[in-house]
Amino acid sequence: MNTSVVLAAEETHNPLLPETSELILGLIVFVIVVVAVWKFVVPNFEKAYAERTKAIEGGIEAAETKQAEADAKLAELEQRLSEARHEAARIREEAREQGAAIVAEMRGQAQAEADRIVEHGKTQIEAERQQAVTSLRAEVGTLATGLAGRIVGESLEDDVRQSRVVERFLADLESAPGVN
Amino acid sequence: MSVTASIAASVQAADDSGFHAPGPGSFELPPVFGDVTKPMILVVLSAIIVVGFTWAASRKAAVVPSRLQFAGEFFYGFVRNGIARESIGSEHFMKFVPWLFSLFMFLLVNNYYGVIPFIQFPTMARIGYVIPLALLSWVIFIAAGIWAHKGPLKYLKHQTMPAGVSGPILILLVPLEFLSNIIVRPVTLTLRLFGNMFAGHILLILFATGGAALLTSGNIGYGAVGIVSFLLGIAISFLEMLVMFLQAYVFTLLSAMYVGEAIAQEH
Repeated sequence: MNTSVVLAAEETHNPLLPETSELILGLIVFVIVVVAVWKFVVPNFEKAYAERTKAIEGGIEAAETKQAEADAKLAELEQRLSEARHEAARIREEAREQGAAIVAEMRGQAQAEADRIVEHGKTQIEAERQQAVTSLRAEVGTLATGLAGRIVGESLEDDVRQSRVVERFLADLESAPGVN
Repeated sequence: MSVTASIAASVQAADDSGFHAPGPGSFELPPVFGDVTKPMILVVLSAIIVVGFTWAASRKAAVVPSRLQFAGEFFYGFVRNGIARESIGSEHFMKFVPWLFSLFMFLLVNNYYGVIPFIQFPTMARIGYVIPLALLSWVIFIAAGIWAHKGPLKYLKHQTMPAGVSGPILILLVPLEFLSNIIVRPVTLTLRLFGNMFAGHILLILFATGGAALLTSGNIGYGAVGIVSFLLGIAISFLEMLVMFLQAYVFTLLSAMYVGEAIAQEH
């Protein structure tokens, strides 16, 4: 550098030439900054980042677990609901069958009862008719013999005869058509 | 030296009219006390600011960040994810994040000194503060390359012999690649940052002091031009704020890219 041209040597120091003191100071200060940032700042920021990531991922995980639980619960409830429906259908079916069976049984019982009553009536009527026939026969015999004795004048008090006459009469009567 | 001579001449000429045009001398400040100069104080202050701010912002490391932590994470995430991970790759980038984050914050603070009232001096306009940063980037990317390629020679081959090139062309290519990848990089890193800060500061001084000189000249025509000079100075200040951020970003990004390229296994 031609210092004779330069105005004042101390004021026009070439700006492209560094001062040794500045080089050393700049390097030391910057290295201190790097070390301080490296030791005290970056780990904290990274910690915050990691915790934030963890919190977000944890939240997502928790939500997924809840979702899975809810899905399982829903499936279980649906399962139970369908079981209950089947059960209800089965019970209804059973009830219907039972009802039908009961109705059939009752009908059978009623039929039997009716048959029994009819049978009983018939028997009773038959018995009464027999009785009536028997007593009628006895009375008709008495009446007839009494009437005939009066007409004939002959006593038919004799039992043996009487009964023979009545028998004959009745036999005639029964053999005559249209008489019952 | 003709530039220096003309600047010196203009300074001398301006001396006669009472106006000192800004020049390289504007960056030669008298010592504040002893041998300690203003940039020295500023660079130490910047370290306190950077470490203090980032430490205070990261101290609690809360999952839900406070405003301060959010601001710190804004810068940290910008450097970590936007610069380091993008340039170096997600496998190795965390090793370089402390350095890159420090570098970016350090440059940001020192550059913005240029527009902060009463400070108004970008430390990086003194080349002596830029060279150590560039040299450190240079050392780190070369060391990373040697580490990644398991040996200085293998790393040198990686940096100087592009894949798929063979034959006599290598005679031409290897020195060129060596020059551009090993020699020139720290120089351009230094000059880019230094030149931008230096020139920007001169521009600001010129518009401010020139405007003041014109306004106080007593001539109405000069006064009007002086007002325009002030307005332009304000506009230039905003441009400088952009440049200050961009230069901090570019220096950090290039450092990260050099590292990423040095440790890349394939071109």
